[in-house]
Amino acid sequence: METKKFTIGQLIKGYKNKSVSPREVLDYVFSNIKLYEPKINSFVTLMEEYAYKSVESLSFDEIDSKPLWGVPVAIKDNMCVNGFKTTCSSKILEPFTPIYTATAVQRLIDAGAIVVGKTNLDEFAMGSSTENSAFFTTSNPWDIDRVPGGSSGGSASAVAARFVPLATGSDTGGSIRQPASFCGVVGFKPTYGTVSRYGLVAFASSLDQIGPFATKVKDVEAAFSVISGKDEMDSTSHPYVFSPVDKNIKEYKIGIVKELYETEGFDSEVLDSLNNVIRLLKSEGCKVDFCSLPHLQYSLPVYYLVATSEASSNLARFDGVRYGLRVEGKDIIETFLQTRGRGFGSEVKRRIMLGTYALSSGYYDAYYLKASKVRTLIVNDFEKAFGEYDCLICPTSPTTAFKKGDKTNDPLSMYLSDIATIPVNLAGLPGISIPVGLDKKGLPIGLQIIGKPFNDNDVLNFASKIESIINFEAEPSLLGGR
Amino acid sequence: MNNNVVIGLEIHAQLKTNTKMFCGCRTSFGDKPNSNVCPVCMALPGSLPVSNKKAVTYTVMSGLALNCTISRYSKFDRKQYFYPDMPKNYQISQYDLPFCRNGYLEFFCDDELRKVRIHRIHLEEDTGKLIHTGDIMESEQSMVDYNRAGTPLMEIVTEPDISSPKEARLFMFELRNLLRYLDVSDGNMEEGSMRCDANISLKNPDGTLGTKVEIKNMNSLKSLEKALEFEINRQSHVISSGGIIIQETRHFDERDSTTHSLRTKEEAHDYRYFPEPDLLPVVITDEEVMSISCNLPELPLKKYFRFIEELGIGKNDASTLIFDLKLANFFDECVKCKCSPKEAVKWILGDLTYFWNEKKIEPDSNVFTPLYLKEILDLIDEKIISIRQAKEVVEKVFEMIESPRNIIEKLGIKQISDEGFLIDTAKRIVEENPKAVQDFLKGKKNAVGFLVGQLMRETKGKASPEMSNKIINEILNELSPKE
Ligand SMILES: [Zn+2]
Repeated sequence: METKKFTIGQLIKGYKNKSVSPREVLDYVFSNIKLYEPKINSFVTLMEEYAYKSVESLSFDEIDSKPLWGVPVAIKDNMCVNGFKTTCSSKILEPFTPIYTATAVQRLIDAGAIVVGKTNLDEFAMGSSTENSAFFTTSNPWDIDRVPGGSSGGSASAVAARFVPLATGSDTGGSIRQPASFCGVVGFKPTYGTVSRYGLVAFASSLDQIGPFATKVKDVEAAFSVISGKDEMDSTSHPYVFSPVDKNIKEYKIGIVKELYETEGFDSEVLDSLNNVIRLLKSEGCKVDFCSLPHLQYSLPVYYLVATSEASSNLARFDGVRYGLRVEGKDIIETFLQTRGRGFGSEVKRRIMLGTYALSSGYYDAYYLKASKVRTLIVNDFEKAFGEYDCLICPTSPTTAFKKGDKTNDPLSMYLSDIATIPVNLAGLPGISIPVGLDKKGLPIGLQIIGKPFNDNDVLNFASKIESIINFEAEPSLLGGR
Repeated sequence: MNNNVVIGLEIHAQLKTNTKMFCGCRTSFGDKPNSNVCPVCMALPGSLPVSNKKAVTYTVMSGLALNCTISRYSKFDRKQYFYPDMPKNYQISQYDLPFCRNGYLEFFCDDELRKVRIHRIHLEEDTGKLIHTGDIMESEQSMVDYNRAGTPLMEIVTEPDISSPKEARLFMFELRNLLRYLDVSDGNMEEGSMRCDANISLKNPDGTLGTKVEIKNMNSLKSLEKALEFEINRQSHVISSGGIIIQETRHFDERDSTTHSLRTKEEAHDYRYFPEPDLLPVVITDEEVMSISCNLPELPLKKYFRFIEELGIGKNDASTLIFDLKLANFFDECVKCKCSPKEAVKWILGDLTYFWNEKKIEPDSNVFTPLYLKEILDLIDEKIISIRQAKEVVEKVFEMIESPRNIIEKLGIKQISDEGFLIDTAKRIVEENPKAVQDFLKGKKNAVGFLVGQLMRETKGKASPEMSNKIINEILNELSPKE
C-alpha cells in the first residue's frame, strides 16, 4: 500500500471496489508497527487480537451507513476502552482497566472504526514533548532524536509514521495541535463541548477537549462529524450537529494574530512559512489583515493557574483506595501520601502543588479568581476579533520539533512552546494545525487556524482550502525505506 | 426561654429521590454494601457527574415552603478534602450561590408562635460510609461502603435565632414535619437520613456573643435537646468558675448525655472551594419557580389554622392531627365525605388511632376508610346502632376488613328501638327489682342506672340506650307518689 493513499477516503474507496479488505489493511498496519515501532514508540498498548476480532464483526452491508467502516484508529491512552488498560502513561494508573468506553471512542467504534492500540502521552496529558511519560519517550518520525510534541505525542507520531490513518488526542492547552505541527500531520481541537469528555481521564475540565489526528483535513472532518454531539453522560457536552460547508477562499476575511507574529521567540523559518501562506492567500483573493488580541500576553499565566487548579482537584481521586496503584502505609493518611508520592511523576506533582497553592484560602482571590477574570478578557478579545474576521491564523508553535532532553530541565521554556495554542483553549474555540512546510532541517512547520465557537465547519473548510493550495506532500524520511 | 443562649442549627436532610445526585444509581438503604455504585459515584477515571433535576426541584420546593428567596442563577462548587469514604476526594456542594436564601420557619413554642430565620439552603452529595473492624481507634482495617456516596443531601442553615434547647427541639420537629409534608425527605434522624449539628454560645454580661461551640452526632430530637442542655450547663459552669470557652467541635454521647471535645478549630480545613467545571451553572426561571410554588401542598401551620378556624376543631386536637400528615389527610377526607368535623376528630384520635397503632397499619392503608367512618356516624344518627355498638363495629372492621353496614348485617348488630317491646320488658324488670324501686323512691337516683343496665343485659346490649333511659325514667316517675 502506498503511504500517500493511507487516508480514510482512499481506504473506503479500496474497500468499496474490493481492491483491499479491512483484514489486509490490519495486516499492513501491524506489520508496519512491528517494523518501525521500536524506533518510534507510539504505543503503550497494542490491541492486535481485539482489532482482528472487530474486523470479523464488520458486515460489508454497513459500509454506506458506517462512515469509518474498517478504518484503523489509535486511541490516546487517557481515553477509556472497556477491558483495556488506561494508564495515562502514569505509574499510578498503570494497573487500571476500565469497564466502560469513552463516548468519543464508542462513537468511532459504532461508525465502524477498528481500534488498534493505545498511544503514549505525557503523564496525565501534562507536557509538550511526551518526555513526561512514566514509561518511555516517543520519537518524532521525522527525526528520532527529536520529540514528537505533546501531550498527544503517541497519537501524532502514529499518524506521522503512517501506522494508522486516524488517531484521537486530547487538547487542554495545545496537546493536539502542537504535536500535529511537530509531526507534520493535521490535528484538530474542536469547540469546547462539541465532543463528550465522558471516559477521558480529566486533566483540566474546563479546557479539555478530544479531537482527531489524520494526514488530511477531510479525514479529521470525517472523524469529528462522528464523535461530536450531545452526550447524556457529560452535562457540559453540546448538542452540536456538524454540517460541512463549501465556501470559496475569497469569501474569508482572515486576521493574522499580531501578538503571535511580532513577538520574539518565534523561529524566523516558522514566520517565513507563515508569510508564504499569507502571500498565497492574498494571491487567491482572500482578505488578510493583522489583528490584535491585547490580552494574549496573559494567556500563559492564566492557563497555568486555571489548568493546575482544576488538575489538583481532578487528580485528588487517585489515592490508592479504590483502583490503580496502592502503596500501603501504616495508616490511611500515609497510604495516601505514599501512593501519590510514588505514583505521580515530577511534572504532575509540580502542577498539583501549583494548583493547590492557587486555590488555597488567602490566595484564591489573587490567583484563581484573578485568572478567571483575565480569562474573560481574553475571550472578549477573540469575540471582538471575530466581529471583523472569519478566522485567525498564526504559527501553531514558535519552533519546530526540538531535541529530546533540550527543555526537560526548564519547565518554563517547555510551557512556552504552547503559547499560540493555549489562548484557544482558554476561549473554548475551534483550532486546527495543518502542515505548511519544512524548515532547513527538514522538520515540519504547522499553521494554526482559529475559528468562532461552533463554527468548526468554517475552520475545517478554510483549512481544507489552504491544504489544497499548499499541497504539502512531504513524508518522514523514515518511510522512504519502506 | 433563656435570653443569654444563642443557638443556630445546620441540618442535613437526605432527599427522597430514586437515584443519586449525579448518577443513575439507586438510593435505597440497607442493600448489600457497594451494590448501588457505578463508575460515576465511585469516581472512576473519566467519569463525569450529571445533576439530578428532581433533587434541584425538591430543594426549591423546600426553599419556597421555608419562605426563601430562590436564586435564579446558582452553581455547584467543589469542596476539597481527602477522606477515604469520599470517592473524588472533593465533594460537589454549593458555596457562594446556593439555591435558596433568607427564609424563615414559624412554629409554636409554649403556645407562642416563634419565627426562626433560615440563612441558606444548598444541595450537595453525601459521602460513603466507613465500617471499622472492631474499635475505631484500634481496628486493623476499615471497610468502605459507597452505597450512600452521592445521595442528594440538602443542607439547611438557620440564623442563630434559637434561644433554648426546647425551642431547638420544636424547630427541628416542625422542620421535619414540613419536609415530610413536602415528601422530599423522610426526616428520620435515627436512621441518619436527617442529621443536625448545633452551634451554641452564651452571651457575655455586656451583651456580646461568647465563643461558639459546635455539637455533632445528635440522633434524635430528644438527644438534640439533651445535648444543648448539657452544653449550656457546661459553658455556664466554665464561665462562672472563671474559665474561658474554647472554639471547638464536640461530640454528643448518647449513653451518658454528655458532650466531649472532638477537635479544636485550629485544625480547621482549607476546603479550597472553586466552581465545579464539570457541571453547567443552574438557571431557574420565574416560570419554574411559579410552577413549583403552585404545586406546593398545604403546609402544617396553614392546615393547623384551617382546622381550628374553618372546621372548629380544638387547638390540641388540631396539633395532634397536623403532626402526622396521614392522620391529617384522613381527617380531611372524612370532612370531604361530609362527616361532622368534631365527631370525626373524636373517632380518629380515639378508637381509630388505637386500632391503627395496635394493628401497626397506617391511616392511609385502606383498612378503615373515611367512608366507613361516615357510614358509622350515619348509623348512629339513624339510631340503628348505639355508640357502644359503633365501637364494636369499628373493631370488627379492623378484623374483617368489610364495610360497617355489611358487618352489622352479618353479625346482626342492631339496636332495639321497638317501643312496645322495650316498655313491656322494662315493666317486667321494674317488677322483678322492687329493692331498686324502693331505693329510687328514697331518692337514690343511681337506681335508674341499675335498672337501665338490667334492661341492656336482658336485650344483650341491643336496646337503644337513649330509649331505655327514657322508658325506665317514665315508669319510675309514674310509681312516685303524686303531690
Ligand atoms: Zn452511581
